[in-house]
Amino acid sequence: MLTKEKQVAASPEQTKTISGAEALILALLEEKVDTIFGYPGGAIMPVYDALFDYTDKLNHVLVRHEQGAIHAGQGYARSSGKVGVVFATSGPGATNLVTGLADAQIDSTPLVCITGQVFAHLLGTDAFQETDILNITTPVTKWNYQVTDANEIPEVMAKAFYIAKSGRPGPVLIDISKNAQLQKFDFAGYTPCKHIRSYRPKPIVRHEYIAQAAEVINQAKKPFVLWGQGVMLGSAEKEFRTFIEKSGIPAAWTILGAGALPSDHPQNVGMLGMHGNYGPNVLTNECDVLIAIGMRFDDRVTGRLDKYARQAKIIHLDIDPTEIGKNVPVAVPVWGDCKETLPLLTELVEAKEHTDWLQLFREYNDREIEAVIQEELFPTSEELTMGEVMQQLNEQTAGDAIVVSDVGQHQMVACRYARLNHTRSNITSGGLGTMGFALPAAIGAKFGTPDRTVVAVIGDGGFQMTLQELGTIMQSGVDVKLLILNNQFLGMVRQWQELFHDRRYSFVDIASPDYVKVASGYGISGKSISKREELKDALQEMLSHKGSFLLEVMVTKENNVFPMVPQGCSVSEIRLK
Amino acid sequence: MSNQNHTDKQEFNITVYTENHIGLLNRIAIIFSRRKINIESLNTSPSEVEGIHRFSILIKESEEVVRKIAGQIEKQVEVLKVYYNTNEEVIWQEMALYKVPTDVIAERAVVERLLRENGARAVVIRKDYTVFETTGHREETDNLIKVLEPYGLIEFVRSARIAIIKDSEGFHKKLQEFEQSEPGHEVVENEYLSSREKVFTM
Repeated sequence: MLTKEKQVAASPEQTKTISGAEALILALLEEKVDTIFGYPGGAIMPVYDALFDYTDKLNHVLVRHEQGAIHAGQGYARSSGKVGVVFATSGPGATNLVTGLADAQIDSTPLVCITGQVFAHLLGTDAFQETDILNITTPVTKWNYQVTDANEIPEVMAKAFYIAKSGRPGPVLIDISKNAQLQKFDFAGYTPCKHIRSYRPKPIVRHEYIAQAAEVINQAKKPFVLWGQGVMLGSAEKEFRTFIEKSGIPAAWTILGAGALPSDHPQNVGMLGMHGNYGPNVLTNECDVLIAIGMRFDDRVTGRLDKYARQAKIIHLDIDPTEIGKNVPVAVPVWGDCKETLPLLTELVEAKEHTDWLQLFREYNDREIEAVIQEELFPTSEELTMGEVMQQLNEQTAGDAIVVSDVGQHQMVACRYARLNHTRSNITSGGLGTMGFALPAAIGAKFGTPDRTVVAVIGDGGFQMTLQELGTIMQSGVDVKLLILNNQFLGMVRQWQELFHDRRYSFVDIASPDYVKVASGYGISGKSISKREELKDALQEMLSHKGSFLLEVMVTKENNVFPMVPQGCSVSEIRLK
Repeated sequence: MSNQNHTDKQEFNITVYTENHIGLLNRIAIIFSRRKINIESLNTSPSEVEGIHRFSILIKESEEVVRKIAGQIEKQVEVLKVYYNTNEEVIWQEMALYKVPTDVIAERAVVERLLRENGARAVVIRKDYTVFETTGHREETDNLIKVLEPYGLIEFVRSARIAIIKDSEGFHKKLQEFEQSEPGHEVVENEYLSSREKVFTM
């Protein structure tokens, strides 16, 4: 790799003349990229041509739709902690990335997307397959840039990776005109980017606020921790656990934070939000100090803001200063990477147990078990429930699998009931709620963490949005387990129609194809079951199968996900039924 | 957001220092438009620091909203610093041009007095029309419209507001402070970036 010293001393002999496309590939190798998800097309052909010479070093996964590529890139990034890389061509190829970019932006997922673009001299002429992808993607990218000259490629790629993965991560899109890909230039080497003058990825840690936060926590009688994905993005799971265990504070998670503390940790009191657990929601409005760590007070978590934790002093730890005070008033802001701020806070907080306070969560939990969980996980009804499928899956995976869930009722059930022993084990579309996310994301997750079992939990609606990616499984031979929970409805919408629209089931009754036959057409083994006595063996067969396997479980049609905070209500008004 | 706190809305002057980067105007404008906030006035120009541009944006909002907006703007990769100030905290000016028929104004107006009273000057005098220019606050430039209308005002245009922050010591010093408080690695530029034509071999 070219260092600054070497670059300064670079002589014409040390440079080599290569194309912009090859420079791009070399940049990916320098950034230690091992997998790319993509789909070729006219405007990105030079890049694919250059890739042809590097297929021994770079694994390219040919998807069936660019949306599949970017969700796969997200799954790869979320499971591995690395940057996901996506290739797409211009025009429709590029616009097909938009949903995934918006998803990655709101869920802080590091991606570098490379799109081909028409020749620079054709820009703005409505040329074939030309779209103004820069302006289209500006609101849904952390940064984007259009390259029209090959000389820019090394520096722009270095910036792209630096911006995507530093600070609060996010998606970056680099659009490269075809002439820049073809253009030969003298490549002087690649220097990773470590600094951009106008970009401050991490705020400076203010020690006075750490001290204030510790003081507030030490005086608290009923402190409560809410954690989000920031703990994992900062690779601060160990630091977080140390803080929790020393302070003795009960802690609840957002769906993107799930797994940062094991499910069975005694201080893990469950999930927050609209379909979260009863205790953490109710007690949010009873705690005296609320410590939010790497989470952004999404409206699905807070419910009605004017009735949210008004009694509590709120301490917010976040790397993104604009999140602090955005939705809820904060008493003590703790700017910074929680990998740095948590140990400083842990050092100052007193060791406590908060036994009575923790016991209160357990009492609420007992109420929830009795009212909801028992019947969901061990139903007395004839039909299978989504919850009991997750319960059985937990038993068979022992909580060691990566669970990738789609969007809808099954997502809430999967997030509520999946046992997660390891970090980066819960991959779902949290902020954008993108149906069709799970199948391609699971493919990406398996490429990101080949040694782990990856189970995609998908509803019958979401599966039909991206089922063409079965072709990607077929061609790449990737091993993902596809668990379709089929309730023959667009379940979450149906639940809302039942509760808030007088059971007027407007266009939620969705028919499915024979999924086993569809999978079979792609050379993927599968099975469909609808009886309880078949469940255990079917899951076992799916998990032990060598290669991908599709298991469809027919579940009860009109089951609702409870507890639930109805929209417009406070979190303490959460309904058990 | 824009619907909240209607009562405490006031004019805020937002000053943004940025890298000179294509597309940044769009990125900044989106921050306002997605929150349904109308930009009253926007000016962009090079600043006193070479390579750094300065946006002057005027909006009418509550301070709470402006504070959050400023944070969101400052979060953009190419934005170095954002300040927001009330009208009392800045010195601001707008420029206006007025085109009127020369014959009418020459025959009917006491031009000299009119210009003196309104702090204006003639920029162009032609047979067919004359262009006057004035600078000042909105009410001052509006006033000259009223004065000139009876003389057959043909065209009027007003610039965006530009504002200098009263207490600011200048951004150049601030930039130096940034570099001292959080020094980054020296940026290594590709030496060929500045010699495109020479190495273009396609």
